[in-house]
Amino acid sequence: MVENLLEVKDLWVEVEGREVLRGINLTIPLGETHIIFGRNGSGKTSLLMTIMGFPTYKVKHGQILFKGEDITKMPPYERAKKGIGIMFQRPPTIKGVKVREILKLISKENGAKIEELARAFQFEGFLGRELNKGFSGGELKKSELLQLLIQDPQLVLLDEPESGVDLENIHLIGQMIRKLLQKDLHRKRTKSGLIITHTGFILQYVPADLGYVIMNGEIYCKGNPLEIFEGIQKFGYEGCQQCLKRCEF
Amino acid sequence: MAEHLLDIKSFKSAKEAQIPEDLSGLSPEEQERLKLLGLDEKLPHEGEYVQIDAKPILCKRKVEGLEIMPISKALKTFDRIGDYFWKALSPEKDEFTKATAEDLDDGYFIRVLPNHKLIYPVQTCLYIRTDNIAQKVHNIVIVEEGAELNLVTSCSVHPNIGSALHIGISEFYVKRGGKLTFTMVHMWAENIAVRPRTGILVEEGGTYISTYVSLFPVKSIQSAPVCRLLGPSATASFISIIVNHKDSHIDLGSEVYLEGEDTRTEIISRNVVYGGKNIARGKIVAKAPKVKGHLECQGLMLSDEGLMMAIPELDSYYSDVELTHEAAVGKIAREEVEYLMARGLTEEEATSLIVKGFLSVKIEGLSPELQKQIDKTLELAKLGF
Repeated sequence: MVENLLEVKDLWVEVEGREVLRGINLTIPLGETHIIFGRNGSGKTSLLMTIMGFPTYKVKHGQILFKGEDITKMPPYERAKKGIGIMFQRPPTIKGVKVREILKLISKENGAKIEELARAFQFEGFLGRELNKGFSGGELKKSELLQLLIQDPQLVLLDEPESGVDLENIHLIGQMIRKLLQKDLHRKRTKSGLIITHTGFILQYVPADLGYVIMNGEIYCKGNPLEIFEGIQKFGYEGCQQCLKRCEF
Repeated sequence: MAEHLLDIKSFKSAKEAQIPEDLSGLSPEEQERLKLLGLDEKLPHEGEYVQIDAKPILCKRKVEGLEIMPISKALKTFDRIGDYFWKALSPEKDEFTKATAEDLDDGYFIRVLPNHKLIYPVQTCLYIRTDNIAQKVHNIVIVEEGAELNLVTSCSVHPNIGSALHIGISEFYVKRGGKLTFTMVHMWAENIAVRPRTGILVEEGGTYISTYVSLFPVKSIQSAPVCRLLGPSATASFISIIVNHKDSHIDLGSEVYLEGEDTRTEIISRNVVYGGKNIARGKIVAKAPKVKGHLECQGLMLSDEGLMMAIPELDSYYSDVELTHEAAVGKIAREEVEYLMARGLTEEEATSLIVKGFLSVKIEGLSPELQKQIDKTLELAKLGF
């Protein structure tokens, strides 16, 4: 069995000629959840989008390995089929396409139980609705997470999972993420996660094994996620900038 | 314009064609095609009418309150036919109405008696089987006071036919408080020209819902049904779901005249353009106060080799009216394709799903059976690149 599910090696990425990632190195072992903190525009989302393979994010240098295989040049659907799933922060509305319809397409290969999962997370009333149309912040997150639960990827990329979610829903969303990442198992987890956040509050619901800070497309810090979070709460990202103690990998 | 290139005289008369005695005389391939378009014995229905070229070959009614017959018979037996024949439409309208008035190739006459509400559809089919003919039909539908009818007309051609012309004159009369849901599903072929000419008169409190679906290649379609809402509170909805293929020329519009107080209308069109020329017209004329009308036209361009034109028109003769329109023409959002690709769909699958979604208009008042049939046709059209 491969020990490292994801390896990102010296990754340099451009979007429309602008450098957004500068030499990112990241390794996520099987069963671990890592969290990246960073303010808006720091390169967090660019990193997830590049791992998923969206063509707008042009890899100028470096490699992405998934289960040891170089996926740097693969289109997103092949990466999805290999076991990578992403939760979008602002998913688009797909007019005329029902939630149930997309879930059926996603579950075609693994036969996941749509109705059962939807019921378990109080989303059955949305199955007949158009995908993401008129959904509230919390409903968008639930729709995203339900799609991921059906897809059942081995590596879950979560883009600001707590943003725009009201208190009523945050607990349920935390439960959905915990299920995705097998947080109820204490050993032999086979699912890994990469969470990006600028508030860090998701840590109250989903524990992470390792944390990083990203600024200007570079990873500056690596360590205990809660300690990093406390530091950011106390000193803000300015504090990270002043610290400027670049991590050695 | 395509109609100028069309010479009616270059087509043979539909009357000369050799026609099978009944549906069993059609090849399995033809039968399958008609079944896909809704002419299916297994689907619940209240009556049936099938015409091949100029000849009616099937005419059945299954319920009380429904009269269904070839128009040639109605012209002889229905004593009030004079009140309806060429009354919602003028034979002088254009060369196609004239040609049909001069030389009729039959058509259907359907009447629902007062207060009879038919639950299941009446299925009709106008089929062209012989090469290079002009099929000129005239249909009359009367929904009497308080009655309801679900009418499905599927039009198609023999799978291996070269060229042909279909002219369909239709006059629809919805009396006080009546309701007519008319659904037309077309499956033509690359060399077929289609010229429907439709007039609709709706009385007080009456409802007319028209859905037109054309997803397959066709040489040209030009049609602009004219609907007059004569009495107070009458309503009309027109929905067209169109796929414009390369080399097709489709020019469709609906005209609604709001002549009674509190009348309402909605004209919705969804057009996917792979090429060719697509014109989506819509015209709402307020000829009474307190009326409401909305026009909505959306076009999705999947290629740079084609033309899509949206031509909305709103005319009002009164101040106390509410007329609105919205039109949008654009391409598929890249963001949507990539979103679906991240879920494991290939680019082609993602595009096809988005196109299908774009064409899936929720049609108010349409029966679930009909909705299913339209969805099935969308599946069949294999939309995408």
